[in-house]
Amino acid sequence: MLTVPLYRIAHGRTGDKGDRSNISVIAWRPEFWPALVEQVNEAVVTELFATRRPITVQRYLLPHLHAVNVVLDGILDGGVTSALNLDSHGKSLCFLLLDLPVRVPEEWAPLLIGPDDTPAASANDRIPFHDAGRNG
Amino acid sequence: MEKILRVGCGAGFSGDRLDAAEPVVDALVAAGGPAVLIFETLAERTLALAQLARRVDADTGFEPLLDELLAPVLGKCLANGVRVVSNFGAANPMAAAKLIHRMAAAQGLRRPRVAVVLGDDLLAEGISLPTPETAMHGLVSANAYLGAEAIADALRAGADIVVCGRVADPSLVLGPALAHFGWSLTDWDRLAGATMAGHLLECGAQVSGGYYADPGFKDVPDMAHIGYPIAEIHADGSCVIGKPAGSGGRIDEHSVKEQLLYELHDPGAYVTPDVVADITSARVTELGPDRVRLSGVRGHARPATLKVHLCHQNGWLAEGEISYAGARAEARARLAADILRERLAGLGTLRVDLIGVMSVLADDGGRTLHSVQPGSARDVRLRVALNHEQRESAQRLTREVTALYTCGPAGGGGVRTNLRPRLGLHSVAVARERVRARHVFVEA
Repeated sequence: MLTVPLYRIAHGRTGDKGDRSNISVIAWRPEFWPALVEQVNEAVVTELFATRRPITVQRYLLPHLHAVNVVLDGILDGGVTSALNLDSHGKSLCFLLLDLPVRVPEEWAPLLIGPDDTPAASANDRIPFHDAGRNG
Repeated sequence: MEKILRVGCGAGFSGDRLDAAEPVVDALVAAGGPAVLIFETLAERTLALAQLARRVDADTGFEPLLDELLAPVLGKCLANGVRVVSNFGAANPMAAAKLIHRMAAAQGLRRPRVAVVLGDDLLAEGISLPTPETAMHGLVSANAYLGAEAIADALRAGADIVVCGRVADPSLVLGPALAHFGWSLTDWDRLAGATMAGHLLECGAQVSGGYYADPGFKDVPDMAHIGYPIAEIHADGSCVIGKPAGSGGRIDEHSVKEQLLYELHDPGAYVTPDVVADITSARVTELGPDRVRLSGVRGHARPATLKVHLCHQNGWLAEGEISYAGARAEARARLAADILRERLAGLGTLRVDLIGVMSVLADDGGRTLHSVQPGSARDVRLRVALNHEQRESAQRLTREVTALYTCGPAGGGGVRTNLRPRLGLHSVAVARERVRARHVFVEA
């Protein structure tokens, strides 16, 4: 098995409504879809976003679209009307999820999207939640 | 009757590119056949801002850039039968309609038939609300999300231009589809199909390569001239999404899936005033370059209630920023943050961002930033922010950040501060029978 960032097998975007954020995760190829089902689950997402204290994390599966929709309630500090975040919509949040390390079969290597740009040792390594799923 | 209705999108939010609509109109005209141009310019808070503007000047309160958005295409639309449907009326659709008449007269165009959709402004309608007490204080606006029916009625009555205030965004597309195809209002699958076509269009370029590009992973050509989307809506409620020939951007299976799921929660129940759309069986199929079909959307009966947004005045937001660079920049920025925490103690939550180390992914409470080990970043912009009910108290933040020039760590530069009022938002539901959505024609 290889461990790669989620963004090498899937893409996605964040949307917001009030204090709720949804992050779509869409497989680049149909054969990648089972890895999303197995590894982009509610427990992993809850851990990844722990410091933003979601009230609930709910995942919806879209097998025809080879996609997962993750809905996180209460993670926007009140959303655009009261959050102090520069990004009060949380538009950047999908890139936190897309950093999630996932395990994939070695034969997928030629199918993975984009270059292998995983930082070996960078400033990000002092940010604990980048490691949250790496050991899991 | 022509089988296909083409609906193009000329704007996806207030603040969108002003030159986006013209290539869309040119493509609609070149394609021939029935066509509609929509502008979606009314985000959640935009209407309350418009209402505040109208209080100051009774002739304002509609989309401030209406003239710039519509003037370049008004003549072509009127000359070629491309009808315009938009929520750019915001808090004052009557005044917007009158401006459109003045624009047409100034350009020497024929007098357009302009319809205004009314009924969303529940304060103007005198409809009492189940209002939470927190929202009553400083209530600015209360608007129901209207559906597609009044838009369809206005088009059937011959409107060239339909000016709305608050309507559900996808209803801007479903309305023209209802008028064109004559679907029953309980034909849930078709209504849901056109509603999701509207969902794909309502954010403009977000379906055609905007909010998508990621170099090396998701490359998008010519984003400086991104083509805004056009939906070909079919009689079965399915649609094909495309964009003007020769424009930049990208429409493929993946860009369409991302927008399909944008701001969507339960994919089996996307609720609008018109229908509850269900995309769990939907299919997204690439038909060719920049042409993607959405089919298989199902619909369920519309809700008995309409969503109402209440906006109220909600204190002040104060922000301040200062930069540190070179050796120990991060340590100096952290020292500046500590100074501000002490100087502003007691004013409530002070958010601290170390831009270049940790910022937008972090929470307001500081838990994420606290979990980051101090390091040696060499280019850091400190940003702090707080909310306060009182303007004077919020303003203390901007003064303290400015004072860091002389009282803060070495080499601090580039202070910027911002102080502005905030709007709060509550949603309530009202029975749809209590809301009287209707259209009227407005003369010059």
